[in-house]
Amino acid sequence: MASLRDLKNRISSVKNTRKITKAMQMVAAAKLRRAQEAAEAARPYAERMGAVIASLAAGQGNDGPKLLAGNGRDQVHLLVVMTSERGLCGGFNSSIVKLARARANELAAAGKTVKILTVGKKGREQLKRDWSSAFVGHVDLSEVKRLGYANAQSIAREVMAAFEAGEADVVTIFYNRFQSVIAQIPTEQQIIPARFESTGATALYDYEPSEEAILADLLPRGVATQIFTALLENGASEQGARMSAMDNATRNAGDMINKLTIQFNRSRQAAITTELIEIIAGAEAL
Amino acid sequence: MAGTLQFDLVSPERRLASVPATEVQIPGADGDMTAMEGHAPTITTLRPGILKAVSAEGTKAYAVTGGFVEIGAGSVSVLAERAVPVEELSAQLMDQLIADASEATAVAVDKDSADKAMADLLAMKAAAGF
Repeated sequence: MASLRDLKNRISSVKNTRKITKAMQMVAAAKLRRAQEAAEAARPYAERMGAVIASLAAGQGNDGPKLLAGNGRDQVHLLVVMTSERGLCGGFNSSIVKLARARANELAAAGKTVKILTVGKKGREQLKRDWSSAFVGHVDLSEVKRLGYANAQSIAREVMAAFEAGEADVVTIFYNRFQSVIAQIPTEQQIIPARFESTGATALYDYEPSEEAILADLLPRGVATQIFTALLENGASEQGARMSAMDNATRNAGDMINKLTIQFNRSRQAAITTELIEIIAGAEAL
Repeated sequence: MAGTLQFDLVSPERRLASVPATEVQIPGADGDMTAMEGHAPTITTLRPGILKAVSAEGTKAYAVTGGFVEIGAGSVSVLAERAVPVEELSAQLMDQLIADASEATAVAVDKDSADKAMADLLAMKAAAGF
């Protein structure tokens, strides 16, 4: 049985841990609110962009721009796996990696070439074991304090350059869609060839300069916007996942402290009883 | 007093304005245009320039770079890649934009449009008074 001093140390160390996890939870809650606001603020732009591209694309048929129609091949798949830069956020990274890995295995089994671009180092670490040979690049966002559209643009540029150069035929992004603090949905979304949900009813517009020119101008922006939305959703999900993970950890630490305290009290009582018995036995012996 | 149309200005990061406006002056890719009530539904791309919205609260000007405008029945939605209220515009920010643009010009495949974007930016800088 552990000595009293050991137990006491143990209790104080668990108490410290609880303080830390509690603090992390509160930080995550504050960051979550900001991330959610950012995601909210980006929504009108993304929705409008999607709607306009969809209505333009509907009139294009199959011989539209390459970003929309694809380059006619389906051999090289580029998977963009978005994860966090930091750990301690529960199953957040694992769930994305699991989905991406399943897709990669499936593609490889079908004889396709898989390339992986990782965003965020946690996913890279997890994928390294099986898929390091497929890595084509990494985007480091650890220095980024606030996700901006510029971050999404640079990823989009990289992805589109690969597509233009024929190094990738299909591009898919993997991220966690934020639903609530306790539910984040790992999502797979194909961005090239672009798929935009058509809303059906489209008004008749005049186009300036021309329909094709506008579509050609908008598609790269559409891709960047989709990536930006995914990054923001991912950011909110990460904070949500961290918040609930840290909430669990705080609660666990509380339970542990209770258990240890009971154990500590019992062994202290036992020590007192033993001492008393010794004294009484000694007195009787006289 | 002319009728109004709903004016929305959004950038990827935030919504900058959402007010009823009587007229909106747009720097379109093929030339400036002014949208007022009853304008034919139009979609146009933007060139870097100054966008002005006239509303009950007065005229508000925004510096915008690429993006597009959707003029519908009773509404004008501007989706600008970057939009900054003119009051917040600084020489430093302008130089930043120009630096970005010259970087883009260096790698652009379509030299003409990149050069044009550059020229538009410089014109915007002059118009903003820097």
